[in-house]
Amino acid sequence: MKLTSIFNVMALSTAVLCTSLQAKTVYVATTAIVEHPALDAVRDGIKAVLNENGYTGDKLKFTYESAQGQPAIAAQIARKMVGDQPDVIVAIATPSAQAAVSASKKIPVVFSAVTDPVGAKLVSRLIQPGGNVTGLSDMVNVRQHFSLIKEFLPNLKTLGVPYNPGEANSVAIVNALKEAAQEMGITIVESPAPKSSDVMIASKQLVGKADAIYCTTDNTIISAFESVVKVGMDAQIPVFAADTGSVERGAVAAVSYDYGDLGRQTGKIVIRILKGEKPGMIDVKMAEGTSLFVNTKMAARMGVTVPEAVLARATKIIK
Amino acid sequence: MSLFAFLGTLEIGFIYGLVAIGVYLTFRVLDFPDLTVDGSFTLGAAVTATLIVAGQNVYLATLLGTLAASCAGLVTAWLNLRFNILHLLASILTMTALYTINLRVMGKPNLALIMEPTVLTPFEGLGLPDMYLKVVFVAVCAIIGGLLVAWFLHTEYGLAMRAVGSNKRMAQANGIVVTEKVYVGLALSNGLVGLAGALFAQTNGFADSTMGIGTIVVGLAAVIIGESLSSSRSMLLIVMSCIIGSILYRIAVSMALNADFLGFQASDLNLITAVLVALALVFPKLRNEWKAKRATEDKI
Repeated sequence: MKLTSIFNVMALSTAVLCTSLQAKTVYVATTAIVEHPALDAVRDGIKAVLNENGYTGDKLKFTYESAQGQPAIAAQIARKMVGDQPDVIVAIATPSAQAAVSASKKIPVVFSAVTDPVGAKLVSRLIQPGGNVTGLSDMVNVRQHFSLIKEFLPNLKTLGVPYNPGEANSVAIVNALKEAAQEMGITIVESPAPKSSDVMIASKQLVGKADAIYCTTDNTIISAFESVVKVGMDAQIPVFAADTGSVERGAVAAVSYDYGDLGRQTGKIVIRILKGEKPGMIDVKMAEGTSLFVNTKMAARMGVTVPEAVLARATKIIK
Repeated sequence: MSLFAFLGTLEIGFIYGLVAIGVYLTFRVLDFPDLTVDGSFTLGAAVTATLIVAGQNVYLATLLGTLAASCAGLVTAWLNLRFNILHLLASILTMTALYTINLRVMGKPNLALIMEPTVLTPFEGLGLPDMYLKVVFVAVCAIIGGLLVAWFLHTEYGLAMRAVGSNKRMAQANGIVVTEKVYVGLALSNGLVGLAGALFAQTNGFADSTMGIGTIVVGLAAVIIGESLSSSRSMLLIVMSCIIGSILYRIAVSMALNADFLGFQASDLNLITAVLVALALVFPKLRNEWKAKRATEDKI
C-alpha cells in the first residue's frame, strides 16, 4: 500500500517535471519531398534562424524527415508529424506541403520552396491567407535573371531552358519565362528532361539552337547540373542558373537568394508563429535576396567575357 | 507511433492493398509481369482529380479514373498479344507513355484537391472524426475489392483465367480463349490500381505526376510479404493477405520514420524499410527451418 503511494507521488512529480519542461521546449517538425542541396539548405537555414533567436539546445526540438521523392511516403510523414503534435510543421516543396496541409487541420503549417502556393491550393490568397497555413514562395525573379544574361550577351536571341515537365514549380517558372521573353524579344527553346539521366541529352539538344542555356530551380536539372556544364564547355554555350549554388558547380553567373536565405526567411515566419501570431494573419512572402555570384573561370571556358559592371557588383567571384 | 500516425499508416496501407491485389492478379494469377501500374496509379488519380476540379460528381470521377486505368491495362495487353511485344517491354512502353498522358490530362504536373469535394464529403456529417472516417472508408473499399476479386477467381471465368496463368498451352487445349483472359485480367488489375490512385489523391489532397513512381515495387513487396504470412491455397485468404502485406509494408515505413532515436538520419529511410521488409520475409522461413530441425531432433 505504502509502496504504491510512493510510486504515485513519483509518477506525479515526474509528470509535473515533464510538463514544466515541455512548456519551455518548442517543437518544430520539418519535412521535404526529397534530399538535395537546395532543399537541405532551406532546412539548415530554418534551424540557424531558430538557434539565433534563442531556440537552442533543450529549448528546441527540431526534427526532419525526407520523403525520398515518393508522394506516398510524404503523406505518411505528414500523418506522423500531425500525430506528434509539434508547435509548427514546416513542409518544404509542393507535394510535402500539400500532404501536410491536407493532414493538419489545426497545427500551423509553414510551407517553403513552393513556387505557386495558390495554384497548389495551400492557401486561397497570399495576403492574410486565413486558416492554419502560411509560408514562403520561391518564385524566381525571371526579369532580373534575363537582364543579367543580357549584360553578358547583349545580342541574345534564343535562350535554351532544360527542365523536367513533371515538376510543378518548373512548369510555372517556364511559363513566367516565356511571358517575360516575349516582351523582351527573346525566344525560349524548351528541352524536357524527365529524369536526371536525361539531363545530358536534353542539354545537347540545345546546341546550335540556343545562344545561352538557363537552368531554373528544377530539382532534376540541379541534381545533374554537371552534365549541363559539360555541354556548355564543349559547345561554347554559356550556362546561367537561377540559384547561386549552381555557380559554384560551374554556371557562369546567377543572381538570387540562396536557399539558405530562403530557409532563414521561412524561419522568421516560424518564429512569429511560435511567439503567438496566427498563421492565417501572416501574409505569404515572396523570397527576397540579391546575392550575385560570378564564375570567371567558367566564363572563360564557355567563351564569354564577364562585363566589368557585373564584376563590380558581384557578391562572390569564383576564379 | 501516435494514434494519428498509425491511422494514417493503415489508411495508406489499405489504399496500396488495392494495388497489391492488382499486382497479384498479373504477376501471380496471369503470370504476366506488368509494370503498367506505375503509370496507371497516376492515371487513375489524374483523371479523377481533373474531373473533380472541373466540377463533376466525385463518384463518377472516381469511376472514370478507374476505367481510364483499365484502358491502360488493355493497351499493354494489346501490345503484347497483337504485336507479340514481350510482356515486360509492352508494360514499360505503356508506363512510359502514361507519364506524358498524365501530364496532358492534368494540364500541369500537380493538381490540388485540398479544398475540393471528395468521395468522403457525403460521410463527413455522420459524426465520425475525419482521421477515423478516412481509414474506415478506404478499408471498406479495399475489403470489398478483395472480396469481389476472390469471388471472381472462384467463378468459372476466374478459374479459366487461373488456368491460363498456370499453363497457357493446356488451357488453350481445353478450349479457353487465352487472349480474352489476358485482356480482362490486365484491365481488372490496372482498374484496381487506378482506383487506388483515385482514392490516394482524394484522401491526401493532390494528384502529382511523380506519385506513381515505385508503385510496382510497393505492390510486389506487399504481395510477397502477404505470401510469406500465409501458405493457404484459399483464394480469399491469399487476396486478403495481399492487403495485410501492404499494411505491414507501410508499418515498416512508419517504423523506419520513427527510427531517428537510434541515430538514423532521414536519408536512411529506404534502407531501414528494406531491412524491415527483408526481416519480415526471412523470419517465417527461419521459423519453419527451426521447427523442422526440432522435429527431426525429437525423432532421434
